[in-house]
Amino acid sequence: MSSLERSDVARLAALARIDMSDGDLDRLSGQLAVIVDAVAKVAEVAGEDVPATSHPIPLSNIHRADVVRPSLAQEAALAGAPEAEDGRFRVPQILGEDA
Amino acid sequence: MTDWTRASAADMAAAMRRGEVTSVELTRAHLERISAVDGDVHAFLHIDADGALATAREVDAARDAGEELPALAGVPIAIKDVLVTEGLPTTAGSRILEGWIPPYDGTVTKRIRAARMPILGKTNMDEFAMGSSTEHSGYGPTHNPWDLERIPGGSGGGSAAALAAFEAPLAVGSDTGGSIRQPASVTATVGVKPTYGGVSRFGAIALASSLDQLGPCGRTVLDTALLHEVMAGHDEMDATSLDEPVPPVVDAAHDGARGDLSGVRIGVVKEISGADGGFQDGVKQRFEESLEHLRSMGAEIVEVSCPSFEYALAAYYVILPSEASSNLAKFDSVRFGMRVEKGNVERTMAATRAEGFGDEVKRRIILGTYALSAGYYDAYYGSAQKVRTLVQRDFDAAFADVDVLVSPTTPTTPFKLGERIDDPMAMYLNDIATIPANLAGIPGMSLPAGLAEEDGLPVGFQILAPAREDARLYRVGAALERALTDEWGGALTAQAPELEVK
Repeated sequence: MSSLERSDVARLAALARIDMSDGDLDRLSGQLAVIVDAVAKVAEVAGEDVPATSHPIPLSNIHRADVVRPSLAQEAALAGAPEAEDGRFRVPQILGEDA
Repeated sequence: MTDWTRASAADMAAAMRRGEVTSVELTRAHLERISAVDGDVHAFLHIDADGALATAREVDAARDAGEELPALAGVPIAIKDVLVTEGLPTTAGSRILEGWIPPYDGTVTKRIRAARMPILGKTNMDEFAMGSSTEHSGYGPTHNPWDLERIPGGSGGGSAAALAAFEAPLAVGSDTGGSIRQPASVTATVGVKPTYGGVSRFGAIALASSLDQLGPCGRTVLDTALLHEVMAGHDEMDATSLDEPVPPVVDAAHDGARGDLSGVRIGVVKEISGADGGFQDGVKQRFEESLEHLRSMGAEIVEVSCPSFEYALAAYYVILPSEASSNLAKFDSVRFGMRVEKGNVERTMAATRAEGFGDEVKRRIILGTYALSAGYYDAYYGSAQKVRTLVQRDFDAAFADVDVLVSPTTPTTPFKLGERIDDPMAMYLNDIATIPANLAGIPGMSLPAGLAEEDGLPVGFQILAPAREDARLYRVGAALERALTDEWGGALTAQAPELEVK
């Protein structure tokens, strides 16, 4: 596995929806490369025969009774939103100008 | 006049029952202490004096009316800002949630309210619990009451510092890789990460869902056990919650305090006990002395080896960022928190996350996005999950032979604020001894082992038990606490330097 390049960090930041200035990329790229190199050793130890563990204490078929219960009032659900209108979350335009 | 802020939670509760003090007096004493010292310590992000006093007045009135009350009714508590509290600001230490007031209570919040404990406020933490020093808080670091120039640990540094500074007798913490135990270690307090699923995570702002666990923090083992019983138990709002009885942790703490450990087998984990270097001399010295105490109470001490622990830190720093990058996608500038307008919704989202998240959060989101991306998934995430299996197998093999495992909680005493902030890998190494428990889902405790010879700063002793055997931590912990406090002539926190009262 190869180390992380500055261009990789720029691409990943775009995928993760985090704007990064040149200064951010300069600062974080070097640190991230060190971390990626350090964690790459996970691939050294476990062979094909070792199963993966996703949860420490596996439980299955966890259900609760299918009954109606009180939920957040619309007003409460919207109270923390940066902007709301007519009982809905209001967002900036979704499509670009020329769409 | 008694300074109630120095008392244990158990003593406060008993004194209220005897009518020697009221909850209003206790709550006021802690609020005054917070006003006097928190300017320097900065353990709290938000203080709710009115709410705490209102609860205290209700408890006092109920007691006067002869009502039956829960064990800790009227004992004040602080809550880590990772847990949502209806009507009280909750930020998880992040600027992206500045000013957000949750419209609901987390399950643990509900249980604390049902236990009728006045909530003093919300404690500082590394942003979204990512860190070991609280220096990654969006609101400035917390300072260690033992030395204000030093870190209080993290991510739950605020909760631990509040206890060590006598601003609260009890606090809620959360532990994803050591965020309860490491702050307890560096502040000479007690902290427990329960078995995964032992305490509901509903309403705890998620960092890494397969690792996160809320837990109790206190100044004594018994106090921590009392809070553990308030917080724990099945909750159908959390699909990973164990539908089993709460382990008898309070009984175990009383049992351990009798000082008899005959027949208990204790394993020292070679890989996380400094056998191969990397641990401060004073830490190893206090650890060895604690082992001597355990031996003199009848325990048998053996060395065990967990070879895959060498890979635990690497596996953790793949699994945690992967889960975090997914969990933090909800901070999208639409439903709650900050919004930085910049053209369309997608550009607004990217601008908001750039402004609202700190560097550590950005590092881990990018790392997680990388580890989960096509072509790298098997090499990183897939391999890390296999290491997780190996760590579990090491624990299973060890616990087949011993009742509990022990190690120093951290390799060093608290370092200076700023010392490791630009070196993420050095910061991550703080958690080398605490991380394996989270990967395996087992419970762990840290309690004070004394002060290191070379710098006079706190050293923590870690105890680990098999899943669902949380009570063993309390039995062994209470026994060791008794032996050590007999030697010290009282609690270690009493030796902390006096803070300047303002």
